[in-house]
Amino acid sequence: MQMLITRKLEFSASHVCRRPELSEEENRRLYGEEASPHGHGHNFVAEITLEGEPDPVTGMVYDLKALNEVTQREIVDSYDHRFLNREVPPFDRVVPTPENIARDIWRRLARHFSDARVRLHRVRLYETDDFYVDCFGEDGQ
Amino acid sequence: MRVTRRYRFAASHRLHSRRLSSEENRQVYGKCDNPFGHGHDYVLEISVRGPVSEESGRVVPVRRLDELVEREVLREFRYADLNSRIQTFAAGDVVPTTENVAREIWRRLSRAWPGEFSDGPVLDTVRLYETRKNVIELTGR
Repeated sequence: MQMLITRKLEFSASHVCRRPELSEEENRRLYGEEASPHGHGHNFVAEITLEGEPDPVTGMVYDLKALNEVTQREIVDSYDHRFLNREVPPFDRVVPTPENIARDIWRRLARHFSDARVRLHRVRLYETDDFYVDCFGEDGQ
Repeated sequence: MRVTRRYRFAASHRLHSRRLSSEENRQVYGKCDNPFGHGHDYVLEISVRGPVSEESGRVVPVRRLDELVEREVLREFRYADLNSRIQTFAAGDVVPTTENVAREIWRRLSRAWPGEFSDGPVLDTVRLYETRKNVIELTGR
């Protein structure tokens, strides 16, 4: 029986959502307040959901301790208390919208869950309590 | 990818059907049939689905979504007595249960959608919390 398990993690980081080739007005239209040039921060919350079948011996889809270690190393250690645009590739080139951050989280995590028994099902990223994105694959479709 | 935005509005309603007797209304709707009405702090979540634009890094310009929801829904629903202020319910045949309020919100957004987002993201889900304990979800899939 396939089951979903979810682990939550938090990181605080700053970002700017704007593209230098666009006018101020176009940036505001696309990104609203998020385009403010000096950057601002959020307490991001990510929910990592894995899909798989519980192991017949351990009764676990995945060891939550191990999942915590992977997310800590791949995500929190890289993102927490960073200015994403300046310090965390690919956001020196790619606008760090919540959509693109969720895709980057997917990219960083997917390779750890590629065996037959368990796979990455969803990355949900809350930018604030009132806005979140759900990513189901690296391509962002 | 799917993005979800959360909105809030306070409104009052009374659950009472003209097609039922007083006794039946009391049985079906209980306290919600109070003739003076009662209110809730509704929480409305709108989910939008589509590919992430490679240029903007967004599924939908959130500000435009906010403007659409404000114009089509919140402006009329905020601090309203739903039974008398919203035309669908004022005629008296449709009871403003959470189900029917969610359906009315879906109808209003889907009617205005093509004019706003003609070739882009689609309306995925309307999720309406009447209280923290009950929620209605309407999905287009």
